[in-house]
Amino acid sequence: MRSSAVRAVAILGGLVLWAVFTAANARVELVNPVLLPTPVEVGRVALDLTASGELARHVLTSLWRVVQGFGLAAVAALGLGVLVGLCVPLRLMAEPVIELLRPIPPLAFLPMFLVWFGLGEASKVAFIGYTTFFPMFVAIAASVLRIDVVLLRAAASLGATRADLVRRVMLPAALPGIVVALRVGVGLALFVIVGAEFMGADAGLGHLIMEGRTFFNPAQIVMGALLLGLLGSLVNTLLLAAERRLLGGRAAA
Amino acid sequence: MTPALGPKIQIQRVAKTFSSGRAPALAEVDLDVAERELVCILGPSGCGKSTLLNIVAGFLAPTTGAVRVDGRVVTGPAPERGVVFQEYALFPWLTVTGNVEFGPRLQSRPAAERRRTVDRYLDLVGLRAHADKFPAQLSGGMKQRVAIARALANNPAVILMDEPFGALDAQTRETLQDELSKIQRVEHKTILFVTHSIREAVYLADRVVVMTSVPGRVKQVFPIKLPEVRDRFAPEFTQYEADITRVVKEEVAKVRE
Repeated sequence: MRSSAVRAVAILGGLVLWAVFTAANARVELVNPVLLPTPVEVGRVALDLTASGELARHVLTSLWRVVQGFGLAAVAALGLGVLVGLCVPLRLMAEPVIELLRPIPPLAFLPMFLVWFGLGEASKVAFIGYTTFFPMFVAIAASVLRIDVVLLRAAASLGATRADLVRRVMLPAALPGIVVALRVGVGLALFVIVGAEFMGADAGLGHLIMEGRTFFNPAQIVMGALLLGLLGSLVNTLLLAAERRLLGGRAAA
Repeated sequence: MTPALGPKIQIQRVAKTFSSGRAPALAEVDLDVAERELVCILGPSGCGKSTLLNIVAGFLAPTTGAVRVDGRVVTGPAPERGVVFQEYALFPWLTVTGNVEFGPRLQSRPAAERRRTVDRYLDLVGLRAHADKFPAQLSGGMKQRVAIARALANNPAVILMDEPFGALDAQTRETLQDELSKIQRVEHKTILFVTHSIREAVYLADRVVVMTSVPGRVKQVFPIKLPEVRDRFAPEFTQYEADITRVVKEEVAKVRE
């Protein structure tokens, strides 16, 4: 069987299991059926919200925050990562600071961001930026450090200047690592957007989920969560395709 | 042009100590290489022959002494000194063509000229049909051919080769030796070639320089007076092999003691 067929079967199977389980539960009432929304109920919420245009607004709001926060972090991580990768004294200074900050769960700082940036867009964008910056920065610096010195020597002996080395050797050599770092960053941004939107948001998928809790609508919570999963895997597929295009034949063995 | 006065490469009292207090890796090497000459450097492993090559390439600075190419002191890597590495060092994100035209591109040569250069040197190493492949799609022997074409395409005055065929199987190794010898009959470059294969040295070199074990210095120089096209089974060839082997063995034995 083709792998795409296997995937379709697996997803359908999961849906069927979910439907059967919730239907059975509705009969025997193992748990209160209100707490276990069925696929049909979740689908209905999705349809209603789509029809009213609400769903698109929430999705676009969340995505726009991700794009801004991730974008800022990516630019910073790329610039600083390459710089730190190139410059030994900078690296020695950066390492201990990063090692202290990195283990702190980003969510622990979320209230701080609300204090600094208020309840509006800025705190959410800044929080996503902060969360995604460190893993991307560390991975990009590492991929610059991993560049084989013999490639730099080869280029230098062909007449490369310092600028040529950065542009024509270091960046392309580190590119696979950079692309992976960016992919991890996007995934993480989609991951933490919910947390950022739990507090003080009037739109976005996190807000939609919280609203489901406030108005006791479990189907809406489940729908929001599933939609996030769908978005995440969609973005990942797109990024993988972009990665394959970008890195071209170099990986072909 | 005025004819070159004096040797193409002058290595004068070059010594290298990697960290102060430690034993030197190279102790006062003196060696001249004439224009169009192919000199092989032989020695036990760890004798500093690659260190010497890296100093001539400008990747390492000598602790004392100096290297001159065309009379100018070497202070760093430069396109006049092409390098071929044992580990090929091809740029994996570029095709064969992209690798070969890397040097001409740095010098902003026009596209038509670059194409002619690439065609010429890929023909020379027999890889024209593989121009659009990436290094990952090539065998080791093909990769090293690309690396040689890349060095030649930059038209360097000197080519430095650091055990270029060391990672290849015996068969491929001899094929590439044949090709390098053929290329040299066309291109007449000044080549400094580091190897630990005595056979390879006798096959390729105009002169074979045997180095001592650590700290490396020149132990003995063998001019190879054989015809340009060499027969590995000719009695004169094997005689050179035997003579050089004897000298190399003395040094290997010293390392063992």
